[in-house]
Amino acid sequence: MDYATLLQILDTTVRFATPLLLACLAGLFSERSGIFDIGLEGKMLMAGMASGAVAALSGSVWIGLLAGIGGSVLFSIVHGLASITFRGNQLISGVALNFVASGATVLVAQSLFHQGGRTPPLTGDARFNPVTLPFVDTLREVPLIGPFYAEVISGHSFLVYAAFVAVPLTWWALYRTRFGLRLRAVGENPESVDTAGVSVIRLRYTAVMITGILCGMAGAYMATGLQAGFGKEMTAGRGYIALAALIFAKWRPWYALMATLLFGFFQALALRPDVIEGTFGMAIPVPALDALPYILTVIVLAGFVGRAIPPRAGGQPYVKER
Amino acid sequence: MEKLPTWADVVLVPLISLLLAAIISAIVILAIGNDPIEAVTVMVDGAFGSASGIAYTLFYTTSFIFTGLAVTVAYHAGQFNIGGEGQAQIGGLGVALVCLALPWPHWTLALAAATVGAAAFGAAWAAIPAYLAAKRGSHIVITTIMFNYIAAALIVYLLVEVLRPAGQMDPATARFPTGAELPNFGEIPGLSLIFSKRVPANVSFFVALAACWGVWLLLWRTRLGYEIRAFGKSESAAVYAGISPFKVVMVSMLISGGLAGMMAINNVMGEAHRLVQNSAEGAGFIGIAVALMGRNHPIGVFLAALLFGFLYQGGAEMGLMTSIPIELRLLLQGLVILFTGALDTMVRMMLGVFFRPRTKEAL
Repeated sequence: MDYATLLQILDTTVRFATPLLLACLAGLFSERSGIFDIGLEGKMLMAGMASGAVAALSGSVWIGLLAGIGGSVLFSIVHGLASITFRGNQLISGVALNFVASGATVLVAQSLFHQGGRTPPLTGDARFNPVTLPFVDTLREVPLIGPFYAEVISGHSFLVYAAFVAVPLTWWALYRTRFGLRLRAVGENPESVDTAGVSVIRLRYTAVMITGILCGMAGAYMATGLQAGFGKEMTAGRGYIALAALIFAKWRPWYALMATLLFGFFQALALRPDVIEGTFGMAIPVPALDALPYILTVIVLAGFVGRAIPPRAGGQPYVKER
Repeated sequence: MEKLPTWADVVLVPLISLLLAAIISAIVILAIGNDPIEAVTVMVDGAFGSASGIAYTLFYTTSFIFTGLAVTVAYHAGQFNIGGEGQAQIGGLGVALVCLALPWPHWTLALAAATVGAAAFGAAWAAIPAYLAAKRGSHIVITTIMFNYIAAALIVYLLVEVLRPAGQMDPATARFPTGAELPNFGEIPGLSLIFSKRVPANVSFFVALAACWGVWLLLWRTRLGYEIRAFGKSESAAVYAGISPFKVVMVSMLISGGLAGMMAINNVMGEAHRLVQNSAEGAGFIGIAVALMGRNHPIGVFLAALLFGFLYQGGAEMGLMTSIPIELRLLLQGLVILFTGALDTMVRMMLGVFFRPRTKEAL
């Protein structure tokens, strides 16, 4: 494998890792507050449809992004109602919302555009176009670093950079702010937070809303950045890969970045079987690469390589009276 | 919140949930500019209006009974098996291997062997998540989700690289020998008076009914069933009573996986006559809705499976005959799961208003 091919694969890795990273950080906020969310997939799908449709209708990708976030937040509200207000089963709520999203996205897209559940192809300002970072041309001549900067780091769309900036922001919010301390506490021991006079319900709703916003960005990136328009089931399990990455990262932001980059790298490799054969001297079946994130997650869950311990109060509704 | 009478909890809660899901779906149909009444008419006509429609409805019902029972058995042990989809696909692998292994002389032998193969493969696929849950405390929901995806990848690999006959383009196994073809409703004496030759509903429908009875027997008439239910109600009480958590989690998940796998005798052996990619087509997930709607009782599961069979066949017909996309089925399915499984407290609160004790003034 030569350097140019490696850069190409790394470039694809960054593109593929972005929706995973946004969704993974989304799940991190929710699960750290004690609300399990296996509905990341559905929220992304909904956001993809809403942003694709609105961007196509309005011609502006920014309005599309807002619509995507809106669609995803709507699902967050339902999930919050079911799991916080009505103390229902959070896992079942997530599963249900994924199906609702699968159905609703196609119904709406079909009734709006009559293109078999797709939204029309986006062009120009209706898409997130590549951003060229400064000094690309100046640095290009520098060996190794120059091409890396030009190919892998520069030339992505706005949401890619937003996703990578979200990692330190999440870390800061989680470990350096009062909100973060309370958020982590409410996921481990909601009684203590309640005793301190902080509203468990409000904290958890806030966390679930942040999840909605980040999932909205992830879905919008799928439909307006990675691809030019929404297509039926376009998230193709990415919400579950993000969930896997979250466990793999043991619910920590920097590790989430590593995990999603790793899983994005697998996805990028799966597109280039020729490179795998050339590098490893043997063909690795593409399905094996597809399954790798899930297998790694199961191994981590099993505790063979460092145990993954979820937030202690995760999945349990908080009952104040009694 | 007052406790509802049992009959209200068993009958009214699922029905109100279904009604809420139907109302929201009707609003969605109206919003996208279609007529909900017409949609329902087309669905009912498509599912029950003709012998072939009924045959399709019962075909789907059969699959959903198996996956619904799978979720039910695990539920009673306090485990949420969301991996029915993967277990059903791997069950299909078991069926395919059994059917292709021998030139089966008669379908009865083939059915018996394939049922064992399906159940064994399905159970094996549930065994690893079960072991990890019982021994290492891994979350069963997450591991079974992961195993769904691993199963899909495994089946793709096997179909493309190993099981596909030479010269065949599409990734699928060879057709099963004729001796391994199950009689469909058009070939069963008596039923053949109603159904024509080429209908998908087949003898595995009766296996599904037997499985309903078997699960009832297991859960409410055997020591093991008692242990499963006791463990599901209270883990600590069950352990105090000398019930082994490891055994209950393992056995209940193996039975659950086996039941999900057995779905394959209906769709793979009874209808497709070969194993294709994504053979379960979401039936594993519908099992969740069926079990929730059927209140985790075999009779309820049967009725809910029939309802979803109707929704699936009727929905397919609606997708063909009207401009409403077939994906409405997914929306309905999601809403039913949402209301019966996650918002059931809300439904109970709504019903609670009508069941308040009348002697309130006296208190």
